[in-house]
Amino acid sequence: MNYSWNWGILFEAPYAEWLLSGVAWTIGLFAASMVVGFGVGTGIGLMRIAPIRWLRIISGIYVEMFRNVPLLVQIFIWFYVMPELLPSDVGQWLKRDLPMPAFWTSVVAIGFYTAARVAEHIRAGFLAIPAAQMQAALATGLNLRQVYRYVLLPRAFRIVTPALTSEAISVMKNTSLALTIGVLELMAQSRQIESYTFQSFEAFTAGTAIYIALCAAVVFVARHIEARYAIPGMIQSR
Amino acid sequence: MIALQNVSKWYGPTQVLRECTLSVARGEVVVVCGPSGSGKSTLIKTMNGLEPIQHGEIVVDGVKVNDPKTDICALRAHIGMVFQSFELYPHMSVRNNIALAPIKVLRRSETEAYKRTEALLKRVGLEGHADKYPAQLSGGQQQRVAIARSLAMDPKAILFDEPTSALDPEMINEVLEVMTQLAGEGMTMVVVSHEMGFAKSVANRVIFMDAGEIVEDRPSGEFFSAPQTDRAQQFLAKVLHH
Repeated sequence: MNYSWNWGILFEAPYAEWLLSGVAWTIGLFAASMVVGFGVGTGIGLMRIAPIRWLRIISGIYVEMFRNVPLLVQIFIWFYVMPELLPSDVGQWLKRDLPMPAFWTSVVAIGFYTAARVAEHIRAGFLAIPAAQMQAALATGLNLRQVYRYVLLPRAFRIVTPALTSEAISVMKNTSLALTIGVLELMAQSRQIESYTFQSFEAFTAGTAIYIALCAAVVFVARHIEARYAIPGMIQSR
Repeated sequence: MIALQNVSKWYGPTQVLRECTLSVARGEVVVVCGPSGSGKSTLIKTMNGLEPIQHGEIVVDGVKVNDPKTDICALRAHIGMVFQSFELYPHMSVRNNIALAPIKVLRRSETEAYKRTEALLKRVGLEGHADKYPAQLSGGQQQRVAIARSLAMDPKAILFDEPTSALDPEMINEVLEVMTQLAGEGMTMVVVSHEMGFAKSVANRVIFMDAGEIVEDRPSGEFFSAPQTDRAQQFLAKVLHH
């Protein structure tokens, strides 16, 4: 292989700044998508197990729609198709006046997609709690809202922490798809450095290493949360 | 205190309770026994509305349990319940397990609720365990915490659903002792149990169920010395002869 290595390029202007700016956009996409995904997902997950039939039906339809369509397809639908389907002035606003349209569209797409998956984890977490626990809490006079708030939710979240950690890592990696609609996040910047310098190995190695580091940071934080909320006397607390 | 009139319940096409009628007076201790699958647990769970019924009427402390207008939470607040599998909240300390409902339902101050907690723990023989978590306690200790949790609401009656069935033999007595002590203090108790010794020595009455039906309802002395039905005789022969 006849290739002239130049790792130094990664630390030269303007490429170093490009990488840093890419990391910043990736983190921004990640943070906003997490808020949408975990927030909406928790709500949908609670609807999935609600004692009200039509809530279960609606949330079931949501989950099947959003987790069974590839994320890339969803991003394209939100970005290219949605503005045309909406009333023309709303569509106009989305296309012309919304600041950072590609960024927010990506956040909505990744967030809603993630929400469907988070909802299923939350539902599984609740189903893992024996029915008698809810009966015991109700028997003390707590109302249904209090039973969820103080007994079931805290237990369910502990059960699903490992699954939600994987979900958070997926969100981090899924942000790279935002490049397809023009968000200059880490993946886009790595490619841009490659096109400008033809140092493809260095550019993509840098991108890869940074994704690994970002995901490792997510795992690190998740481990801390797990340890912080570990229940004394149970296996996770050792 | 507790009165059931012709209570019937179905799970789909299967009838699990058949025209059950019984009453429990204030201060009375009633043991419900019978083969597994006979509807004992279901029956006791209808008394605080955990299991809905399709037919009949249940009145507890003057309140109709199966009336949709009844504030069921308010009723449950003063009817305690102890479960076979303890059902403590694993993510809360013993103290918070006991104080949760007094604080959230009875709106007691934390200071007051925690003070009561200490007294209750002493009463069930678990002084100094308030900061432990359920998983750090033995089964017998967990069940005594569960009893303390129901006592924290100053209940007018306590329902026990097989409180010793999940315990190792050497832990059964520590739980039965607490229950015996409660009975001695005049607590109204309905106890689903296979502990015939407890039924003999503590219960005022024994109710024998089979296939969703109340087959016998008699003073405990009579029930053990001269069961009237074949089904009760067969059952006693099985549980007493070992």
